[in-house]
Amino acid sequence: MRSNVVSQIKDKAIWIVFVVLFIAFAIANDRFVSASNLFTIARQVSMYGIAAVGMTFVILIGGIDLAAGSIITVVNVVCAYLMVKMNFGMVSAVLTALFLAAAIGAINGFLVAKISMPAIIATFATQIIFEGAAYLLSGGVPVYGFDERFKFIGQGYVGPVPVPVIIMGLCFALGAFILNKTYFGRYFYAVGGNEEASKLSGIRVKWIKFLIYSLSGLFAGLAGIVMLSRTNSAQPTAGKGFEFDVITCVVLGGVSVSGGYGKISNVIAGVLIIGILTNGMVLMNVSSYTQMVVKGIVLILAVGFDSIQNVRSVSKV
Amino acid sequence: MNEEFVLELQHITKVYPGVVALKDVSLEVKKGEILALIGENGAGKSTLIKTCSGAVIPTSGKIVVNGKEFDSMTPQLAAENGIAIIYQEFNNVKGLSAAENLFLGNPIKKGIVIDKKAMEREAEKAFAQLNIKINPKTLVGDLTVGYQQMVEIAKAIKQNAKVLIMDEPSAPLTSAEVESLFKICELLKSQGVSIVYISHRLEEIFRLSDRIVVLRDGEYIKTLQTKESHVEELIHLMVGRDLTETYPDRKNTINEDEVVLELDNVSGNGNHDISFKLRKGEVLGLGGLVGAGRTELAQVIFGAAEKTSGRIVFNGKEINPKSPREAIDLGIALVPEDRKRHGALLDVSVKNNISMPIYKRISTASVINSKIEIETANKYKTELLIKTPSINQQVKNLSGGNQQKVILGKWLAANSELIIFDEPTRGIDVGAKFEIYKLINKMVELGKTVLLISSEMEELMGMSDRIIVLAEGHMIGELDKNSFDQKAIMRLASAVVGG
Ligand SMILES: Nc1ncnc2c1ncn2[C@@H]1O[C@H](COP(=O)(O)OP(=O)(O)OP(=O)(O)O)[C@@H](O)[C@H]1O
Ligand SMILES: [Mg+2]
Repeated sequence: MRSNVVSQIKDKAIWIVFVVLFIAFAIANDRFVSASNLFTIARQVSMYGIAAVGMTFVILIGGIDLAAGSIITVVNVVCAYLMVKMNFGMVSAVLTALFLAAAIGAINGFLVAKISMPAIIATFATQIIFEGAAYLLSGGVPVYGFDERFKFIGQGYVGPVPVPVIIMGLCFALGAFILNKTYFGRYFYAVGGNEEASKLSGIRVKWIKFLIYSLSGLFAGLAGIVMLSRTNSAQPTAGKGFEFDVITCVVLGGVSVSGGYGKISNVIAGVLIIGILTNGMVLMNVSSYTQMVVKGIVLILAVGFDSIQNVRSVSKV
Repeated sequence: MNEEFVLELQHITKVYPGVVALKDVSLEVKKGEILALIGENGAGKSTLIKTCSGAVIPTSGKIVVNGKEFDSMTPQLAAENGIAIIYQEFNNVKGLSAAENLFLGNPIKKGIVIDKKAMEREAEKAFAQLNIKINPKTLVGDLTVGYQQMVEIAKAIKQNAKVLIMDEPSAPLTSAEVESLFKICELLKSQGVSIVYISHRLEEIFRLSDRIVVLRDGEYIKTLQTKESHVEELIHLMVGRDLTETYPDRKNTINEDEVVLELDNVSGNGNHDISFKLRKGEVLGLGGLVGAGRTELAQVIFGAAEKTSGRIVFNGKEINPKSPREAIDLGIALVPEDRKRHGALLDVSVKNNISMPIYKRISTASVINSKIEIETANKYKTELLIKTPSINQQVKNLSGGNQQKVILGKWLAANSELIIFDEPTRGIDVGAKFEIYKLINKMVELGKTVLLISSEMEELMGMSDRIIVLAEGHMIGELDKNSFDQKAIMRLASAVVGG
């Protein structure tokens, strides 16, 4: 049926946007489509992609995680500090940092689920706290001098494929698996769609929220590890503003900001669009301030599209 | 053009992805008549009337108002042309007074400030015109559903509506409130206002309407003169087959010695000292007026509201469910009455809605067994006659009655031991009602126990083994099957409790 095709296309609209942008940049700049540049793009977006999985969960339940950026900073500083100053082994340093990331997420979860604080305020507060804490710990100076093997996570290759891209791929697969195949993934949609009905269905709404914010912290933490390995030095402002890009990716990928609707497959497109947009603009020597303007506009377009659709479906009732 | 018709819908077709909601439907509304619009759940009634307000844009067809032709409407156009629709979810502002609601959007002003006094005076007049007694100063949120609806009607009339369209107006009302609604309808009719009335309650249709239009599967079937028709004919036209009985027979399934649920002086959530026993295989009816505390009591048993004193004993053990999760784990289910707020997950598919309470059970190491999920969804789609192109359809795209069926299916799938039904057939068509009754019977025959809340007296008497009547949060009386009597129940229900 024709109208069925239309709704199919609507669902995949973001991929069409991606293809169009891709072709546009390919025409505008001949360096854009080289294999090495494409892998560069994938590597650049990998951190956003990894964090986007957790952020997708959060936005699915109608929440927001503004602490993602400062979690990345904390992970950078703490992991580096443990390895360089405390002589931790690589693995135990990474695991400790990831645990800390999940714990910060859990604090957000506690504030939102148990204390019923609005997510935007709770995560804003933790963002500031941990940004400050990371700065205090590092003393405001970069920490560096890691084991050579640590570079592999962010700079290594398996065959032609960069390791961070593989990690991102695995995270996407895990995210899609959780949302589509596990019962608690279904609960995410339920809680985002109708909290009251979810509660009456026997879903432990508070526990789900707590879980989601912890997961968001964990994914952000993993992105932080990748970043640390790529840059090979922990900057005390490493993750500043990072959450903005992640939220843009997720919303661009069609996850409804009012909760209850979204797909990982489209979030991938959102991540890739931000990737080629940034890369394309860099290749074309667009200044970073112009890039900010463009990305802000993209965010408005993405949210605006979502809101318009919401208004439409409400007025139908 | 025909002078006589105030509103004509001509050859309306509406196509949704995968669904043809309306196929070439035409109908006319005469001046000063009450036209009933009936059909099964998903027949297209709501969709059809929404084309009159622009809430639905027809794929093709014309809307003719007083001879003026439109391809589609907007809410403004509808208002300008004297068409008002009262949906089931009212568009009122609960925090404003009745008078302010009446003037919502165009308040009476004195300079730049609103003139409350004048609005209250005007509101008083508007209410008096409809013979309704509402203090214009009362906050709408403090009014009962019935009065809220009357405020909506008054608003429509104040805006000079010539055609008043009501989508299942009686569904949330008590019998007394339905009587007042009828009086208002008659009054409006005598003033030359035309009314389009949608309802699944056929006795209302026969009392009220002049003509009846029947839809089935999105198609126009027939127009009848109410006086020349009868219930069997209507049902036949709606369902496309004969339905002889209203309530299916049930074997006596009660196990006298096995008490499944016992309430011992339970208070809380607005109820006081409620005590009763519910035996295995029994259907216990909870009667009373809307606001008597029946839903509130159900919430206490289900752990959705707090108990302040008393004991709840379930299967011989005292229980204190603190959350629905605990109650569900114990084997208690609640089918809630308010489907929009409590029941359905509108953005989620039919399949996921039905499986929501059982996901944990049908998962191995957290991974859902999708085969069982699909089988379960299909089973209840068939058994409850859920009309949807696919179990993957989002629930918000289903008709109101079919949403209700999805919620029902969800709790049937949960396979609990005690099931509390809160108004299970509200807004459900005759054919499906019968299926639901059969399911309730099947459940008690399988050894389950049912607590049934219903404001439809006939249904309560037809389905229950025993009825308990509540009024204002107190238990007023108990009736056995052989002493069921509509008048007696009504008398108990409207009892005024001392204090
Ligand atoms: N937005 C939509 N998208 C897809 N299908 C829809 C949409 N709205 C309605 N439908 C379908 O159109 C058909 C008619 O629905 P409608 O709400 O008009 O039924 P109804 O006669 O009012 O039923 P009820 O008695 O249950 O309220 C149904 O099959 C429904 O699933
Ligand atoms: Mg309807």
